[in-house]
Amino acid sequence: MIEIRNLSKTFDSVEALKNVSITIEDGDIFGIIGMSGAGKSTLVRTINMLEKPTDGTVLIDGVDLSLLSKKELREVRRNVTMIFQHFNLLQQRTCLKNVCFPLELIGVKKDEAEKKAMELLTLVGLPDKADSYPSQLSGGQQQRVAIARALATNPKVLLCDEATSALDPKTTAQILELIRKINKELNITVVVITHQMSVVEDVCNKVAILDQGEVKEQGLVTDIFSSPKSAAAKRLVFPDGASSIERGENEHRIRLIFNGSDTTNTPMIAKLAMECGIAANIIAANTKVIEGDTYGYMVLGITGTHETLGRAVDFIKSTGKIEVMEVPDDVQ
Amino acid sequence: MFNNVFSPEKIAEALDIFVTEFPLATWETFYVTFVATLFAVVIGLPIGVILATGDKKGVLPLPGWLYRVINIIINLLRSVPFLILMILVVPFTRLIVGTSIGTVASIVPLVIASFPFVARLCESSFREVNHDLIETAESMGSSPFQIIIKVLVPESVPSLISNMTIAITTILGYSAMSAAIGGGGLGKIAINYGYYRYKTLVMFIAVIFLILLVQLFQTIGDKLAKKADKRLL
Repeated sequence: MIEIRNLSKTFDSVEALKNVSITIEDGDIFGIIGMSGAGKSTLVRTINMLEKPTDGTVLIDGVDLSLLSKKELREVRRNVTMIFQHFNLLQQRTCLKNVCFPLELIGVKKDEAEKKAMELLTLVGLPDKADSYPSQLSGGQQQRVAIARALATNPKVLLCDEATSALDPKTTAQILELIRKINKELNITVVVITHQMSVVEDVCNKVAILDQGEVKEQGLVTDIFSSPKSAAAKRLVFPDGASSIERGENEHRIRLIFNGSDTTNTPMIAKLAMECGIAANIIAANTKVIEGDTYGYMVLGITGTHETLGRAVDFIKSTGKIEVMEVPDDVQ
Repeated sequence: MFNNVFSPEKIAEALDIFVTEFPLATWETFYVTFVATLFAVVIGLPIGVILATGDKKGVLPLPGWLYRVINIIINLLRSVPFLILMILVVPFTRLIVGTSIGTVASIVPLVIASFPFVARLCESSFREVNHDLIETAESMGSSPFQIIIKVLVPESVPSLISNMTIAITTILGYSAMSAAIGGGGLGKIAINYGYYRYKTLVMFIAVIFLILLVQLFQTIGDKLAKKADKRLL
């Protein structure tokens, strides 16, 4: 468990973080989302003390990191590893040697380290790239190698600092899939720093919204998506200003999330009208098609009783992979 | 003027000197340059590491005053002209080699003159290493020493090779100059025959040989740097 308590960080006179408190439970995929300059990267760096907080504490499994010696801190960093936006692989080492790096640091024998590294490269799906150099790999592949490297010391926590921000949406989805797999299969707690709402939607179970160095809202992703309360959260959930469109009488709103599924090939709104007799109004939508797969969301306005709404939700759910959630009245 | 330089007698004379003196002189120049560069790197590289990592925000911060003192000493050594430095270090050369004259003796001033230069070149190579890589290594629990040995030095190898090529060609130039106080090699031939005895043709040949050596070092250096750089695959 990671407990961040009343944490503040000041650079010269700039307050990057103000009184931040977050609790991350074991097994979480915890998203920290915010615009550029919100203090996300600083926050994640306090979790492994790459940045020393000006005030407040970080406890990992009850141990206060600020009380540790440099040597003890290095040991903590083997348990709390990190991946980065620009992958940061050593350019003069092969992929295998990059994955061996954290093992070399703790003096693991060469054969053993290489064996472990090979297993990890297989886990991330790149066993054939062992002898390639990072410059020969695509961004997504480099991030996979970086993930393998981060897993080498069997960490309990993986910190992802904008790990998908330099990748295209298709590759992003693949990397997030891998992160989900690591979380589930290896039981590693993941902290995801991002400015992309879609990333949080896709992998996180909990989220904290960071704005100007402060946590504006935190909780379960489903709760915050369905009823964002702070202005910062609303801005992220409804980036297109959908919240400014007033609701009509008896109008319910639902949010649909498409995650690269092929279900978007069915004319959803038309089918809703023809098969259920429900007329839906599109309040906001954003869709990206990348290499044949669709990613996006849609906010629909449905006028009628709760029963009508229930039928619409059931119908959409029955079509497959589209996620549906109601947007309560008090959101706007 | 050139009629004089290229008269048959002069050419015959130059050929004679060429055959008798050039093989040894070329070897001496090569040897002095190589050995001096080797020592300069052995001394300069660690100092380069200190210069690149010892500042306040560096990987291995030194006490501020110590860092400043090292910096000033390097700058001082770099600002003394080589010709004067050679004379200044004569007593030191005698102490180490036993004499201040000759090919081997010229290595001492060459090393003293070039290691600060090498240290600066190494510093600049190390500073080119992306700071994110250093942060990444820290995030994985590297000690400062591990960062230097496993990240800073290996990642800057291509740049180090390029910079050491610059160093070796500069030291080659210095080695020719060392003839002025008794050093051997191609510089000695150029000065003794060309300058003191007006055998211009001999001097030309010596200069051409020096140029060829520079070309050789540069070509080899460029090739090695390119080969070592795994970013260019």
